[in-house]
Amino acid sequence: MQFSKKSLNLDPSLETDRIVRFIQQNVRQTMRRSGGVVGISGGIDSAVVLALTVRAFGPQKTVGVMIPEKDSDPISEKLARELAAKFGITPILESITGALQGFDCYRRRDDAIRRVFPEFDDAKGYKAKLVLPPDLLEAGTLNFFSVTVVKPDGSEESRPLGPREFLEIVAASNLKQRSRMSMLYYHAEARNFAVIGTGNKNEHDQGFFVKYGDGGADIQPIAHLFKTQVYQLAHYLGVPEGIQKRTPTTDTYSAPQNQKEFFYRLPFETLDLLWFALDHEVTAGEAAKVIGLSEVQVQRAYDDITRKHRTTEYLRLLPPVLPPAASAPAS
Amino acid sequence: MTNASQAQPIENAIREFIAANLLYSAEGFTYADDVSFMQEGIIDSLGVVELVAFVQKQFGVIADQQEVAPDNFDSVAKLAAFVRRKQGGDQAKV
Repeated sequence: MQFSKKSLNLDPSLETDRIVRFIQQNVRQTMRRSGGVVGISGGIDSAVVLALTVRAFGPQKTVGVMIPEKDSDPISEKLARELAAKFGITPILESITGALQGFDCYRRRDDAIRRVFPEFDDAKGYKAKLVLPPDLLEAGTLNFFSVTVVKPDGSEESRPLGPREFLEIVAASNLKQRSRMSMLYYHAEARNFAVIGTGNKNEHDQGFFVKYGDGGADIQPIAHLFKTQVYQLAHYLGVPEGIQKRTPTTDTYSAPQNQKEFFYRLPFETLDLLWFALDHEVTAGEAAKVIGLSEVQVQRAYDDITRKHRTTEYLRLLPPVLPPAASAPAS
Repeated sequence: MTNASQAQPIENAIREFIAANLLYSAEGFTYADDVSFMQEGIIDSLGVVELVAFVQKQFGVIADQQEVAPDNFDSVAKLAAFVRRKQGGDQAKV
C-alpha cells in the first residue's frame, strides 16, 4: 500500500450511502425499530450522525436531543439548534443539571478538586479541567493527568492529581455522560426508536468515551471513521459551517477544554495520518518521511496509540459471561 | 534479568507495590526488572498517577510533570534509578 497524506481521503457519497444502509438494515431489520434518536451536542460527530440518521429515516423519524447541564458552553445549544433547523427537525431540550445535582455530581467533583486546590470555589467563578502534558511528539512524557484551575482573574494554575482525586473527579464527571445516555433511551423507548451512537474511530478505539455513557448506544455508525474523515462527511452532508469550524471540545468540565489537551495530545490531522500508518504497518521511518516528522516522533505517537488502545480494552468488552458447566457424566 | 533480593530495597518496594496495587496479583511481580510497563500493559493512565504518588509517599521523591516520562517510569529498573538519582540530588538525567 502506498502511504501518503491523501490516504485518509474517502468518497463521501459512497461512504454516506454505505452508512445509511447500515443504519437502516440494523435498526429496522435486526432491532425492529422504526427511527433514531441522536444526542446533538453542537459538535461535528453528532452533527454528521444526525444528518445520516435523517437520510436513513427521514426527519419525521429522527429525534435530536440537546442535553446540556450547567457547565455546558451555551454555544453548544446554539449550534445544535442550527443543525436541527438545517436538517428539518425540531430539537428537544433536556437539561440534566437537576438530575446531576440529585446525584451530587458537582459537589463530589468539587470536593476532590479542593483537596488539590483548597481555594477552588465554583460560586466565586473558579473553573477547572483535567489536562495531559502537551506536545506528545516533542517530549516522551506519559499520560499523567493534572487538574488546571482557571481563577476568577483569568489566570491558570495546574497541579498534579493524586490517584484518589483523579478517580473521584472522573467518576463524578462520568455521571454527565451516563445521565445523557438515560435521557436518550427515554426518548428512544417512548417511540420504539433506536439510540444512534456518535463515537468516531478515535474515541472508540482509544477509549475516549464513558462506558454505558456516550458509549451506550444501539448502533455506532461512524466508529470506523477517523475524525478527519468525519469532517469530510460533514462537508459533503452540508453540516453548518459553525460546527465544521468549531474546535473539538469535551464540553464536560467547567473550564474550556479541547480534546487535544484532555486526551489525544496531537492535532487530528497528524494523529489520524499516524494512526492510519500504524494500522497499515507503515514503518516509523516511512511515515516520518511522508508526514514530515522525525522517526522518533512517529515512534512516540505509535507507542501512545498502541498503549491507549491496549489499556482501554475493557471499555469495549461486553460483560464476561461464564458458559454453562459441562453436564455431569452419566453414572 | 534482575530479580528481587535483599540488596535491592527500592526495586523490591516497587515490585511489591505494583503487584498489590496495579496487577492485583497473588503471584507477585513476575516480570523482569527491565520489562516495559507500557508494552506489557502493566500500567494505564491511572497506574501512572498511582506510581507518581507511590514514589512520593514511599521515597519522598517528587516528580515534576516533565519527569513523568518513559525514561524514568517505564520499568522497575528505570523507576529505581530515577528514585536513586532524585534521592542523591543528581538532576543531570531528570
